[in-house]
Amino acid sequence: MRAFLALFALALIGAGAFWLLSAPGPLDAEIARAMDKPGDVQKGEIVFWAGGCAACHARPEAPTVLGGGAALKTPFGPIYAPNISPDPDEGMGKWSAQDFAHAVYDGVDDQGVHLYPAFPYTSYRNMSVADVSDLWAFLRSLPAVKGEAPPPGFAFPFNIRRTVGIWKQLYLPRLAPRTVAVSADADYGRYLVQGPGHCGECHTPRDVLGGPVLTKALTGAPMPDGKGKTPAITPEGLAKWSQDDIETALTTGITPEGDTLGGAMAEVVRNLGHLPKEHVTAIARYLKKGG
Amino acid sequence: MRRAFLTGMAIFLAVGVGASVAADDPISARKALMKANGSATKSVVGIMKGSAPFKLEDVQAALKSYMDAADMASKLFPAGSDKGDTNALPAIWTNRKDFDARFAKLGSESKAALASITDEASFKAKFPPVLKNCGDCHELYRAKEK
Repeated sequence: MRAFLALFALALIGAGAFWLLSAPGPLDAEIARAMDKPGDVQKGEIVFWAGGCAACHARPEAPTVLGGGAALKTPFGPIYAPNISPDPDEGMGKWSAQDFAHAVYDGVDDQGVHLYPAFPYTSYRNMSVADVSDLWAFLRSLPAVKGEAPPPGFAFPFNIRRTVGIWKQLYLPRLAPRTVAVSADADYGRYLVQGPGHCGECHTPRDVLGGPVLTKALTGAPMPDGKGKTPAITPEGLAKWSQDDIETALTTGITPEGDTLGGAMAEVVRNLGHLPKEHVTAIARYLKKGG
Repeated sequence: MRRAFLTGMAIFLAVGVGASVAADDPISARKALMKANGSATKSVVGIMKGSAPFKLEDVQAALKSYMDAADMASKLFPAGSDKGDTNALPAIWTNRKDFDARFAKLGSESKAALASITDEASFKAKFPPVLKNCGDCHELYRAKEK
């Protein structure tokens, strides 16, 4: 009897700890204030292409119609990209700028519910507040469309969204709101690679819980859907590529061997084609330099 | 001149080898064809970037290589050849019509480009759309393991 009570008490404490640790937190107050300032639609479009939003939230033939629906196959099951168009009922039409920032920085939706990290907030968390604000302004300028994504097909216990709260305790990097200056330098390239570009989501290997193995950042990994591998894009992995080779591959898809980039990278090339040249130069400089 | 000759030889060999081995080893045969396409493209990349002088024979060699690949392709992806040392995705065999249509498009567009590209200006206008076929198909039907 005593043993049973002790076990019961332990279970209660465990459940309580889980509940507390897995609770979604509020948006950082400084970011919330900064999001009050209206963003710049034109700058936001550049962030949109750098962030590759269209890859999951739109169909290739209409990249700014953000009805969602594309399936992302993960080792935990399939997950479907939601409608992020300004539709009030099935998109983000009723979201505030702060709701959007909360999703991008913390992976929490407008109802205060955890989003699965298939939405790459682990990377987007590194974005500047100005970029997030501009991106929001651009998204608001796009057409509202209908369409609701099916719920994710995850198995127990991953179908319980609170488990994402524990995942965040383990893997979410510390929030470091910052300002960045656009340039063709490697520093800005690092920002694009680690922030909006979210390159590590496919090029950094993951552990059994799907968290990034940061000691092996950008060293290449199996594709999340289990088909093929992404190559190492560290300075070592790209040793035979010049900075110019990288820029050519990122903008035309052609590698120095005369091959063309395929798979998910084909979409990345399409998106990067919308960026100013200095952004691509910055990325190439950073990839050659590393760090 | 020497470069164009070597590329031509490579394509000739690849096609020859491709035709003879296709029946019993389609995976090696199509790899050889794709490799030939790659080296033919490689000699054109510099012209595209403006870092190498325009050479019509290199451009024509590349287009001929794509045409040969397009001609052979339907024979080189028989049912069951998704197994083995290959980066070909199973989607090829579930979307076979689309897959074959893409190769046919590569073939006809390469042929049209071969007839109409005569100088650097026509090359800059007409070559990139042909090359786009490579990436479009690799996006859907190839997953590199290395």
